[in-house]
This record gives sequence, C-alpha cells and structure tokens, in this order.
Amino acid sequence: MSSPSLEEFQANALGTSTKIEDVFDAFEFLDDWEERYSYIIDLGKALPNFPDAQRKEENYVHGCQSQVWLIDRYDEASDTLYFLIDSDAIIVKGLAAIVLATLNAKSPSEIHKMDVEAIFERIDLMRHISATRGNGLRSMLELVKKSAATRLT
Amino acid sequence: MSTQRSVSELRQDFKILDQEINGKPLIYFDSAASTQKPEQVVEAMRAYYYNDNANVHRGAHTLGDRATSGFEGARDKVVHFLNAASRKEIIWTKGTTEAMNLVANGLAPRLNKGDEIIVSRMEHHANIVPWQMLAERIGAVVKVLDVSENGDILVEQLDTLITAKTKILACTHVSNVLGTIIPIKEIVARAKANNVITVIDGAQATPHFKVDVQALDCDFYAFSAHKIFGPTGIGVLYGKEALLEEMPPYQGGGEMIERVSFEGTTFNQLPYKFEAGTPPISQAVGVGAALDYLNSADRKAMEAHEQALLTQAIELSKGIPGMRLIGESSNKVAVMSFLIEGLHPSDIGTLLDQQGIGIRTGHHCAMPLMEYLGVPGTARASFAFYNTAEEVERLFEALAKIQRMFT
Ligand SMILES: Cc1ncc(COP(=O)(O)O)c(C=O)c1O
Repeated sequence: MSSPSLEEFQANALGTSTKIEDVFDAFEFLDDWEERYSYIIDLGKALPNFPDAQRKEENYVHGCQSQVWLIDRYDEASDTLYFLIDSDAIIVKGLAAIVLATLNAKSPSEIHKMDVEAIFERIDLMRHISATRGNGLRSMLELVKKSAATRLT
Repeated sequence: MSTQRSVSELRQDFKILDQEINGKPLIYFDSAASTQKPEQVVEAMRAYYYNDNANVHRGAHTLGDRATSGFEGARDKVVHFLNAASRKEIIWTKGTTEAMNLVANGLAPRLNKGDEIIVSRMEHHANIVPWQMLAERIGAVVKVLDVSENGDILVEQLDTLITAKTKILACTHVSNVLGTIIPIKEIVARAKANNVITVIDGAQATPHFKVDVQALDCDFYAFSAHKIFGPTGIGVLYGKEALLEEMPPYQGGGEMIERVSFEGTTFNQLPYKFEAGTPPISQAVGVGAALDYLNSADRKAMEAHEQALLTQAIELSKGIPGMRLIGESSNKVAVMSFLIEGLHPSDIGTLLDQQGIGIRTGHHCAMPLMEYLGVPGTARASFAFYNTAEEVERLFEALAKIQRMFT
C-alpha cells in the first residue's frame, strides 16, 4: 500500500490553521468536566480521516487500551514534519487532536524543543499522560518526539 | 456467640470507600481486579510489624516464635477456608499466577512429547501462558475447551476433547470477564474418569462463595489474597499431597531444603519444599485476618446481597439503549461486562472516572476470549458486598449521561 501523499498530510488543519492556542481559548470557557470532555469528544469526531490502508501493524501504537495508529511524513524541502493519528476510541482521538494541534506541521527542532508537559498541564490533561492510564497519550507523544529526534540536523 | 453484623454494617470497615474522586463520592466497581481491605486486615498487618516482626522458622527467640505462629496459623486458616485435607497441601505463593507457574513446572516430568493439555477458552492469561510455555518445552499440545454464546463452558465437549494423550485440564472456577460460575465438580469428574489432572483457577470464585476442594475433588486449586479482601503479594496453591510430594521444587534456596552439601541437597518436606526464601510473613498474617473476617461474617447474606446488586444492574441495563451484556449465563457472580453501541470501553471508563466511578476496561487478560467474542475489549463493573444498590443506580445514571454526551 502506498503511503498517503504529502497533500493529504498537509490537508490536516490541526497544527496549521487550528493551533494549540485555539484549544487553550476554548478550554477557558469550559468549566466542568462534562463541557471539557464534550469538547474533547467534538475534537475527536473532527479528527481528519486516517487512510484505512495505514491501519496496520507497523503503524500501530502499542501499550494503549484502545487501538491507536500513527503515521508521519517529513517534507525535506520545507523542513516540516507531518503526522496523522487515529484511534477507535473517541476520547483518544480527541487527545490525538490536541497532540496534533500542538506538534503537527512543525520543524523537527521545534518539536524537539517543545515543552509538551507544560502545555498539557495548562489544560489539565497531565493526568492523562501518566503511563498507567494506558490511553495512548504518552505513547503518541513519545512517537512524535522520536520521529522528530531522528530528523534533527 | 456474638451476633453477626449485617452486610450494610460491614461497609464501615472499608474506610477507603469514604472519599471523593473528581469531586464525587467514590464508587468502587473494580473488585474483580482487586478488592478493598477491611481495617481488620490492615490493623493485623500493622500489629504484626509493631509487635511481632521477625523471620520465621529459625530465630531462637520470642519474636521469631510469634512471627512463625502468625504465619503458620494463617496457613491453618487457609486449610479450613478451602477444606483441604492437611496443611501440607497449602503452599504460599505470590498469587494465582505464580501458583499456576509452579504447577506447570511441577507437572513437567509427567508429560511426554505429543501429550495434551486442555485449557478453556475463557481463561485468564495466568492459566493459559504457563501451559503454553510447558507445552513448548515438552513438545506437548494445548487444546481448547470451548465456550457457548451466553458464556458457559461446553462441558459435553470434553467427551471428544479428552483422549488417551490428555494429561492435564486447566479451567477457571469463575470467569473474570463473564462472571460465569463453571460446574467444576462435573468437569473434574469427567477428567478424573480419564486420569486427567485438574488445575482450577479460583481467583474469581473465592471472593464470592465458599469453596470446598475435597468436594470438588480437583487436584490443584489456586487463588490470590488481594481478591479476597487480603493483601497483595501473596496467594495460595492447594494441591493434593501425593501430587505435591511427587513434584520437583519450583525454586531453590533457603527454607525449602532439609540439608545442603556440595555432594547433594535434600529437600524439605511439604509444604516448605515449595517455599524457597523468606516468605511473605506480614502478608500471610493479613490473609489470616481476611479469612477471620469472612468467617465471622454471614457469607450467605453477602452472596445474596451481591446477587441482588447484579440482578438490579441487569434490570437497569435494559434502560440504556444499545447496551449489550457480555456473559449472560444463568449462573453468575456479580460481574457485569458490557458494551454500549457507539462507545469505546475506554471512553466509558474515562468518563465514569470523571463521575467518581471506577470500573475496568480492556481485554481483562483474556485475549483469546475477546477474540472469540469478536470484541476488542469490554467495560466491566464488578460488585462486592460493600457496594450498595444506590451505587448501582448511580452507575446507570452516569452511563445515561455519557450516552447523552456522545449524541
Ligand atoms: C481468573 C483469574 N485468574 C488469575 C488471575 C491472576 O491473579 P494474580 O494477578 O493475582 O496472580 C486473575 C486476576 O486478575 C483472575 O481474574
């Protein structure tokens, strides 16, 4: 199966037109868990389509309670790293959307330098990053960071 | 005789339940993974460390004697708890998992290449993987005893499954996913008629009802203390004396020997032959306290209470559109696995936690069963005697709320 084209990766609004700042802004107005999670569910539902053919073992993110897939694409010309993520659990998809809003379509060195813990702390998602939760957030972040690390010049 | 306390009074012994999670009163529906401990258990372990702590079986001093009598006294309580024939048949292990590994290792000399081990499809990985490892080592074959659609074991299948090459049958007494109570006595009888050794996983049965290993007539039976209101780090393997006698030791070291020399070492007698090294002493004291606790309570009333919670939950599940119960045997302990259309179990688990409710989601260490059921996992609410009808009601209010959030 051929991997998705660069255009398909670039079509992802998360990290390009939708930034983590937008997520921060939205969270400001959400004051209870129900509203916050409804927002995460909405983000999950709106996650860009993941190519069916890429839901395969080599793209599978292990160690999660739900199934998670992640693919990346590095555009050398613009020094930009793109990601697509998918899961069968909506909340995990919503968390993936936040990961992408934070880290998608950036240069490897920008991703490498990003203090994701601080960002997630700001929106009270740190609890989700704890390894035991098994919801995949930590694994997703590790893979994104690793992908960036291998492309550092 | 002191009068027995009612089931609702017993809840007061579990202080951990009086707390808020995410601003809501905690509802603990994950007792099948690990039960909470009554203060009597915690207190017994505290008192042991404050007053009696020493190593067992060796010190020529008072504390050593006290530690030994607490430790061995707990073993005697297990003898009574399971109705074993003697204390030689009760081996302390780390838990059910280690018990299964110990048996699999010990039965290895009995197996030849091409021999068969029957394992049910609803087993926990703890009662699958040790047998696969043994089969791999010997060149034996693992055969699967099937499960029916509503979650019962197809007992009749044994007539064709057992052959002259079948040596071992490993089966759970209660399914940790489906809650089904398996007719172990009948299964053991069929196995015995063919000289097949039976190894029973009692991890999910012992928390819910009284077990009598002599009445079941099984060869081995294992359980974990942390699932019967006792501490982690300790469990029990029951085995018939003649078989334990014949089995080689599992680990070598102190305690399990009678005499060591470089010319040759002789092993200690049962049960010590299988207990190498300093054992989990305070934990054994905790087990003793947990068994005292269960013995002093009205177990029939506890069982009836749990069954009432299960019945209530099954009834309320009909009010959640798209909710499907996994495991609908007519003979079940208070374990409810379920799926809700359009919701991933992990989504359900996360959003229940937000409402203070702890359940388990995932494959429950029973991947072959999940594969057979054609589901990636389930959400599982498991009830203990300390849970209440009001908590079950709140679970279903919470599920209804979650469903609204998704539409
Ligand atoms: C049926 C069953 N068998 C075995 C085990 C393993 O028990 P432990 O992890 O205490 O060894 C469990 C616990 O989850 C269980 O439910």
